[in-house]
Amino acid sequence: MFELFAQADATAAGFGQYLLLGLVLGSLYALIALGYTMVYGIIELINFAHGDLFMLGTFFALGAATAVGATTADAGTGTIVLGLALMLVGTPLFCAGLNVATDRAIYKPLRRSPKLTVIVSAIGVSFIFMNLGLFWRGATPVKFPDLIPDTNLLGGAGSVRFTLKDAMVLGVTVPVMIALTVFVKLTPLGKAMRATAQNPTAAVLMGINVDRVIAVTFAIGGALAGVASVVYGLYIKSADYQMGFQNGLYAFTAAVLGGIGNIPGAVLGGLVIGVVGELGKAYLGAKWSEALIFGILIVILLFRPTGLLGARTREKV
Amino acid sequence: MSAPLLQVQDLEAGYGAIVALHGISLTVNAGEIVTIIGANGAGKSTTLNAVCGVVRARRGTVTFDGRDLTRVPAHEVVRLGLAQSPEGRKIFPRLTVLENLEMGAFTRRDAAGVKADIAKYYAMFPILEKRKHQPGGLLSGGEQQMLAIARALMSRPKLLLLDEPSLGLAPQIVVQIFDIIRELNKQGMSVLLVEQNARMALKVAHRGYVLETGRITFTDKADVLLNDDRIRAAYLGEEGH
Repeated sequence: MFELFAQADATAAGFGQYLLLGLVLGSLYALIALGYTMVYGIIELINFAHGDLFMLGTFFALGAATAVGATTADAGTGTIVLGLALMLVGTPLFCAGLNVATDRAIYKPLRRSPKLTVIVSAIGVSFIFMNLGLFWRGATPVKFPDLIPDTNLLGGAGSVRFTLKDAMVLGVTVPVMIALTVFVKLTPLGKAMRATAQNPTAAVLMGINVDRVIAVTFAIGGALAGVASVVYGLYIKSADYQMGFQNGLYAFTAAVLGGIGNIPGAVLGGLVIGVVGELGKAYLGAKWSEALIFGILIVILLFRPTGLLGARTREKV
Repeated sequence: MSAPLLQVQDLEAGYGAIVALHGISLTVNAGEIVTIIGANGAGKSTTLNAVCGVVRARRGTVTFDGRDLTRVPAHEVVRLGLAQSPEGRKIFPRLTVLENLEMGAFTRRDAAGVKADIAKYYAMFPILEKRKHQPGGLLSGGEQQMLAIARALMSRPKLLLLDEPSLGLAPQIVVQIFDIIRELNKQGMSVLLVEQNARMALKVAHRGYVLETGRITFTDKADVLLNDDRIRAAYLGEEGH
């Protein structure tokens, strides 16, 4: 029988469950979206390879966990803690390094070229990364170690389940986003990043080394994608070489929805897309979820072309 | 006599195939206000940007405080004591007034000194203190110009480069800006001022250069230029005698 819409759990607890799932996934999209939005803010490049960087990060994390034998939840607490620590430190470093190296080797020589040239080369890098992933781990999805148990932290049957895995995702993503906000808002380097994004010529006159600021931006964006890839792997428990495409597209959409170049906007956009996607999946069916997400994007951009939080103040000339 | 603070010799610079400066030479001595006047497109802003390294010199030398600047990266120049209030002011629109001032002190590590200087420029420009938590982009044109000057001063420069500080401002604000320039000079600041408003610029300056399509055509003491018939006809909107 063909069903147009899904049969969802219509109770309040059901709604709460979908909302929670949406927020958890949304916080992951937000972490990836930050990498798009920060790089765009500084050099106006839509870095299409960013989603694939996230994919390579997941493969790296998988390798790190396997290397220390942290492959199942029964591996022993010491091994699991070691595996998690190695993943959470190593993967952001790996992604940051790869992102900075890509900028140095490919985008930096094109800094004075037309914007389209750089964007097309970013699409090229995206394919190179995807093929590296294919070469690294093959075409079939690989299992990611299930190290965090699904223990429900809220008691009672029939109510909302909030598992240790959900707590892990929010426990990593939320502090990382707060730390980034504090860094960008309050530290000299963070202020230099904002200044460079707003007026690169004036930034140079202030003594800011713009090349260094760009490198730091790629490093931070890459590290955030690295954190997201570890958390995503642990949460979804699977990885494949094409996972960067869909997640990258969602994250990019989140960045545009929030106002590209705007850091709180990327976080808001990620959460909106996560929640809309999950509620849509539950109440309308999975086949409607993407149509709903991109439909909302189009409607919002029709009324607010700069995104939800984009360009709130204009420069007087 | 001691060597000039800034010495530009035979400077050639441009953009792509366009040569904007065809070998110009000028000097600024310590304690002086020197102005470069000229029409739109004469190469005035290019001169300042080539001095700062934002535009690379193709030929010639820029010597500042005894150092050759032609090989120094643009972001290092401010550390050597050269600060610019750029054309169009280039305020950071989404940073607050206070953050804009802090960016001016980006190269400094003496937090107490920076704080003292912010207080000093708040006293000089009370409107900036009143608006210290507002985004720079929301200030009026005159307020933005004051912020651009204060931001440049935050690096404690030996030479202040001012690019068209009167551009787009109401006459009474222009008078105020030029009073500030005169006052800064009285306190010892050396100034290289680029202006289309030749009359105001020559009134405040000690010496002037006239730039025409990338070449210096006249140079003299400012009061001499102010009374020169050719300058009066071409730049001060007056008929010759």
